[in-house]
Amino acid sequence: MANYTENELAKDLEDQEYKFGFTSDIDADTIPKGLSEDVIRLISHKKEEPEWLLEYRLNAYRIWQEMIEPEWGHVHYTKPDFQDIAYYSAPNQTKKYESWDDVDPEMKETMAKLGISLEEQKRLTGVAVDFVMDSVSVATSFKAKLAELGIIFCSFSEAVQDHPELVRANMGTVVPHTDNFYAALNSAVFTDGSFCYIPKGVRCPMELSTYFRINQGGTGQFERTLVVADEGSYVSYLEGCTAPQRDENQLHAAVVELIAKDNAEIKYSTVQNWYPGDKNGVGGIFNFVTKRGICGTNSKISWTQVETGSAVTWKYPSCILKGDHSVGEFYSVAVTNNYQQADTGTKMIHLGKGTKSTIISKGISAGKSQNSYRGLVQIHKNAQNARNFSQCDSLLMTDECGAHTFPYIECKNSSAKIEHEATTSKIGEDQIFYCLQRGISEEKAIGLIVNGYCKEVLNQLPMEFAVEAQKLLTISLEGSVG
Amino acid sequence: MLEGLTPTTILLDEKELNSAQDTLAKNQLPTTRMEAWKYTRVAKLGKTNYTSSEETVVSMDAYRIAADATTFVFVNGHFSEELSSDEIPAGVSISPLSACMEGEIASTNLVLEGEIFNALNTAFLTDGILIDIEAKATVEKPVQIIHVLKGEATLSNFKTIINAGDFSKAGVIQGFFAEDADKAFANVTSEISVGTNAFLTIDKIQYEAENTSHISTEQVSQENDSTFTINTITLNGGLVRNNLNIEVIGENCETNLNGAYLLKGKQHVDNHSVVDHKVPNCNSNELYKGVIDDKGTAVFNGKVFVRPDAQKINAFQSNGNVLMTDDASVNSKPELEIYADDVKCSHGSTTGQLDEEAVFYLRARGLSEKSARKLMVSAFIGDVLDKIENEDVLNFTHGLLKDRFGWDFE
Amino acid sequence: MITIKNLHASINGKEILKGLDLTVNAGEVHAIMGPNGAGKSTLASVLAGREDYEITEGSVDFDGTDLLDMDTEDRAREGLFLAFQYPVEIPGVSNINFLRTAINEIREYKGEEAMSAKEFMATVREKSALVELDPKLASRSVNEGFSGGEKKRNEIFQMAMLEPKLSILDETDSGLDIDALRIVANGVNTLKGDDNASIVITHYQRLLDYIVPDFVHVLYDGKIVKSGPKELALELEEKGYDWIKEEMTL
Repeated sequence: MANYTENELAKDLEDQEYKFGFTSDIDADTIPKGLSEDVIRLISHKKEEPEWLLEYRLNAYRIWQEMIEPEWGHVHYTKPDFQDIAYYSAPNQTKKYESWDDVDPEMKETMAKLGISLEEQKRLTGVAVDFVMDSVSVATSFKAKLAELGIIFCSFSEAVQDHPELVRANMGTVVPHTDNFYAALNSAVFTDGSFCYIPKGVRCPMELSTYFRINQGGTGQFERTLVVADEGSYVSYLEGCTAPQRDENQLHAAVVELIAKDNAEIKYSTVQNWYPGDKNGVGGIFNFVTKRGICGTNSKISWTQVETGSAVTWKYPSCILKGDHSVGEFYSVAVTNNYQQADTGTKMIHLGKGTKSTIISKGISAGKSQNSYRGLVQIHKNAQNARNFSQCDSLLMTDECGAHTFPYIECKNSSAKIEHEATTSKIGEDQIFYCLQRGISEEKAIGLIVNGYCKEVLNQLPMEFAVEAQKLLTISLEGSVG
Repeated sequence: MLEGLTPTTILLDEKELNSAQDTLAKNQLPTTRMEAWKYTRVAKLGKTNYTSSEETVVSMDAYRIAADATTFVFVNGHFSEELSSDEIPAGVSISPLSACMEGEIASTNLVLEGEIFNALNTAFLTDGILIDIEAKATVEKPVQIIHVLKGEATLSNFKTIINAGDFSKAGVIQGFFAEDADKAFANVTSEISVGTNAFLTIDKIQYEAENTSHISTEQVSQENDSTFTINTITLNGGLVRNNLNIEVIGENCETNLNGAYLLKGKQHVDNHSVVDHKVPNCNSNELYKGVIDDKGTAVFNGKVFVRPDAQKINAFQSNGNVLMTDDASVNSKPELEIYADDVKCSHGSTTGQLDEEAVFYLRARGLSEKSARKLMVSAFIGDVLDKIENEDVLNFTHGLLKDRFGWDFE
Repeated sequence: MITIKNLHASINGKEILKGLDLTVNAGEVHAIMGPNGAGKSTLASVLAGREDYEITEGSVDFDGTDLLDMDTEDRAREGLFLAFQYPVEIPGVSNINFLRTAINEIREYKGEEAMSAKEFMATVREKSALVELDPKLASRSVNEGFSGGEKKRNEIFQMAMLEPKLSILDETDSGLDIDALRIVANGVNTLKGDDNASIVITHYQRLLDYIVPDFVHVLYDGKIVKSGPKELALELEEKGYDWIKEEMTL
């Protein structure tokens, strides 16, 4: 983080418009809009899926049809018309890319604008990137190196073809297709995503990274991620999201499943800066995501998220602490500006003995936005000596925004110890004045204070992500002081 | 559940009655799928055929909280004239609702639409009490309302109306008890308005029986510069649900909500509160603490709203729970919903067992384990009891704690 | 350096400064003393540009420019430094990052090159030694968890780093023990030069044993009612502020 100078920040500040607001003009192979069993069969057929997966999808679809779209979130929006969404869109491709030289130049340019040029990343950071553009994975790098260690890191579709037994054994075990409305929808129509398997005792030597990007107008994005860390292994996984500017709302309903077997550790970091809609609240992404991990004995799952984008966010990365002495962590910064709405938090389900969880949530509300923390800490009867610490802070930037906390604490074991703290306060005028008196401009002062306020969370991110997150925080709060 | 009941004969506002009947016709009892009732099951209430029977109690000894108070006694919601005080101090007028003329019972701010227990209370209101505290009156002697449930499957729909006049100061004690009661149900509403610069304190003791039910809703509104305090002490009752709804509509108000709940057996106690700050420059403090023994379940749901433009609000909310056994459970949900920016709001919630290190320390100093634990519980719950200013109420509470839990805190 | 003429300022409609005049030249140290509520801290806040105050009359010339016309940060960039009476805590923002941002923004304002990391770190080492500030504090969050004395020393450290033309020390001595006071005073004295000046606001004469002023002014009821050489401070200490009050009513 130290490498990132204030001058760079200043340069970024000049960039007033939504930085990634552009559209790639690539021919897409799109299935007509609408959803039916036939569409699902078509998706499955196009992806040459095995019969069991088609059955899985159809089951999910049938259950989804019986479900009611949830309304308990502290968000208000026009519900998507599920028959007005194209459920499959893949960049036209005649053959798989052999090397990056073969990749469509326009797509490369897209990535350059995103700041994730693979060559650059390879050289500078050694991050392997599985780049997902409109649902189909077009390239995967570093495969060979990872393969030496027995690590599988590929698109979900490839995993279905190449490792069907691994996919079948684990998919839906953490987030079943019956879980909730959007998880069921995803299970029925998911197009692609990422799959990662770390074998026993292997420590993945590099950060694994995927960048998602919603590209085709009117294309819902239904990603599916499955990370399996076998006994005693370790992996750090980065997920970054940027989407181009669109006028109509776009639905994103992803499912992420993490499985940390005994003594394994998964660190899952997200920076999400999808298009939040314009100053008047027009457009923007609906981000309705189900993320959940399950822990074996002595294992650990750590979620870190920096959320600055999307018009409506509805997500609760959760940990099921099933194994004794397993650990769950959730570090979150959620920024809302203009008319954005976020209802986000976590669930820590303590089943095993001596399980521990930590929740650090920092909400920042600006403009006319609404920012809610919703979290559940549940201690089951057999979770002897479970511990939870939660800290939920809200920072208000204007007098027209809202900050809300809805913590649910359910305890059925007397040896548990649960602590929850929450504060809501205004950005300190005294702090700003102090900075001004030292010659620091107001915008920069706010950047400093806000980044300082979020530091506990930003420190959890891998360095290159932390830099991006820091920039994003400042950019998304530009001109927002009330 | 309603077959054995007769509609109310109290001269309530016609519109209110219609609205209540409408709600009863259109709604079922709440289920745990409803957010406000997520942790509390009331289905068994619907399966009981209630009656409203007139009973008397022989001795008031066990129920008289304050010796020197203006006392009004109701059994199963019916006014008991012979047990009540006949002298009413200056500065206050008190009357059972059954003695009120048409138009005397002012139209209410109780929410009837969709609120089935409020609607049930209104449509089948047994009786209640109207307390008018005159403007500028300082009423030294507290008004004491004693309500006793008696008999089998009896339902009392009881209402308290308190109007605290501008610049007045008064204290009201409410005691809810049970005598030979089986599956009895007290469904209580209170409508309280606190006038400009008025001070009103309510001490509420709930000490019914392990198989009785009690659902109460206090609807409070506060004018400018007023102070409202309610101390809710819940020590017995099978199913207890308290809804405290405070609307702070005047500036520079102070609101204090304190609660202590000690549960054993299979008791279920649910404290819901909403403090709605609609205007700037107010303070609210909420402190609820509970000790849950045996198979008890406690629920706490405290909500603080700060509406747009209600700047300079200091809202503080704290909930602490101690679980004494592995079968005890607690669900705590302290919520903040804030729409103004210049505010200072915080909430905290802790759940755990007694600090074993401290227990060990006390034992190492020669205390028995039992007294060490008692001392710890007493210190824990003492924070709340310290808020009770009325000595009689405090002493009575200590007596009940000793009777029911064998805990001598004094 | 600075010329204040007939300055009137009020807060929430209440007038605090009621026609204050003061001239400070380069190379001088001026002490402003006065009882509580005289307007000492208001003067510091008004000069630094706190927006809570309304200037109803008067002018302030700062090296040829109209100070009152400038934003707070521009005043700072022009070389006006306020050592706060109550330095504020900024959680999560390291002292180093904070100062580097300040220095580079000031340099940018002046059209100068940004300070290199190497030069910056060397300066930090040098200046923190001056006020005997534990180098560890430099990497901690701004003022967070600092003791009262550390906060005040941190103010002087920042002053040393930013090299202002005019420093206003607002009750920098309050809450300091004698050792800390000596360190702070030593820092201020070392930084004193022919091309800078200081205004030392204090309630107690004690500080002036260590920072010897060229002039002492007594501020009372929003005005400077008495000025004199450093001996005036001793006289004040001896006779108390009531003496001034009595003299005023005569």
